[in-house]
Amino acid sequence: MGRQTPLFKLHQELGARIVDFGGWDMPVQYSSQIGEHHAVRRGAGVFDVSHMCVVDLKGPRVREFLRYLVANDVAKLKLPGKALYTCMLNERGGVLDDLIIYFLTESWFRVVVNAGTRDKDLAWIRRAAGSFGIQVTERDDLAMLAIQGSDARAKAAQLLKPADAQAALALEPFVGRELGSWFVARTGYTGEDGFEIMMPAADAVPAWRKLNSLGVASCGLGARDTLRLEAGMNLYGNDMDENTHPFESGLAWTVAMEPPERDFIGRAALAAIKKSGSPRKLVGLLLEDRGVLRSHQKVIAGAAGEGETTSGTFSPTLERSIALARVPAGTGERVQVDIRGKLLNARVVKPPFVRNGKALIGVTS
Amino acid sequence: MSNVPADLKYTRSHEWVKSLADGTVEIGITDHAQHALGDLVFVEVPDAGRAVKAGEACAVVESVKAASDVYAPITGEITAGNPQLAGEPEAVNADAYSAWLMRLRPAPGALAAAALMSSADYEKFLAAEG
Repeated sequence: MGRQTPLFKLHQELGARIVDFGGWDMPVQYSSQIGEHHAVRRGAGVFDVSHMCVVDLKGPRVREFLRYLVANDVAKLKLPGKALYTCMLNERGGVLDDLIIYFLTESWFRVVVNAGTRDKDLAWIRRAAGSFGIQVTERDDLAMLAIQGSDARAKAAQLLKPADAQAALALEPFVGRELGSWFVARTGYTGEDGFEIMMPAADAVPAWRKLNSLGVASCGLGARDTLRLEAGMNLYGNDMDENTHPFESGLAWTVAMEPPERDFIGRAALAAIKKSGSPRKLVGLLLEDRGVLRSHQKVIAGAAGEGETTSGTFSPTLERSIALARVPAGTGERVQVDIRGKLLNARVVKPPFVRNGKALIGVTS
Repeated sequence: MSNVPADLKYTRSHEWVKSLADGTVEIGITDHAQHALGDLVFVEVPDAGRAVKAGEACAVVESVKAASDVYAPITGEITAGNPQLAGEPEAVNADAYSAWLMRLRPAPGALAAAALMSSADYEKFLAAEG
């Protein structure tokens, strides 16, 4: 048996199928994974993401510390509540994890790291934090709900007192704020608008039931994965890990090489890679033949060489199979993917595939 | 509780087998199997004329989550793959026992030699599998 979130019993009561995810017993689906996917694209769904690890970093030098710890630059965070997506790298430029950092005050930043990398990340952060005098606190007392979809914010606001609801609805994208004992942020992992709400563990079950009563569908990690892949968002451990760097993971946009005087862990390695050029890149694939792309399928890119899919699924929105794949830098527009010994045709596309309920990739059938 | 019709035979790999009047058999996956797989999005069936051995992977069912092989329960020759499933893989979720995957003509003696379970035995097998 793995670790359980404060919502575990409710998931069971709701008939969820439970699977192990990074050492946690999590709901993968309640009734239909595709149904849950469409609920988010067409209305609103709620996900239990309490397995993700919330860590508060406090101390007068916390901003300076984070400018050293991660590849994106928290100097960009000027407005309290503003969030930043970034990679945390090792000295070789490999990705230890991807995380979200919220700027709360000059002496308090909050980071959210992946469940599967929790122990490794905490050890890494603690080791690096020592000389900066940073206090590192795991927020095991919090549950986290992601409410996602075009109707999600309006529904989730009904969980709040009127004044707080107004404040939550006024949040700009990628900004969060404390509202009473809750922290409400306009963030997510689905390509839809919505909130992620951190709350005391005891509030999670009543909040979930209220959302269900408002027509917000219970959604499992299965739908979360198809939604994030349609949205062109990487999954740590699939699309990047310690042996791949951001430039070959579609994450160059998250690396701040400017200003040049900022030293961060992995900077020297990335500078060398940038100078010589990355021999590989991460691209989107749209399967033109019938079949389903999965991770670790071989991609044949003609004279450019070979690569591999890193994530693949059936896209419920496009009704085609899509994937992310790491391929040679010179890969053109057409590739083939080896699926059980058959070579199927795929088109190289630029993710995202779907955003805000709309297909962004032309599919001709 | 899974739906397990009494007039069919079953395999340990969750295929069902139905004997047809012309001596061929129809093969599909059980209700338990479709439920475990979740929403099917792709089904690949074998071509008519293919010779298969009992236990040989000869069809593939893919859900959003994963791909699974379907095994020939009996040695013989494929007489048809269900053409409906290419466009409608979800038919297997809707009714696993009408959405057959393939029809097969058993080789002489192969039907008697096949390791098939009665519905009662399959139900016990499912209960034991948890």
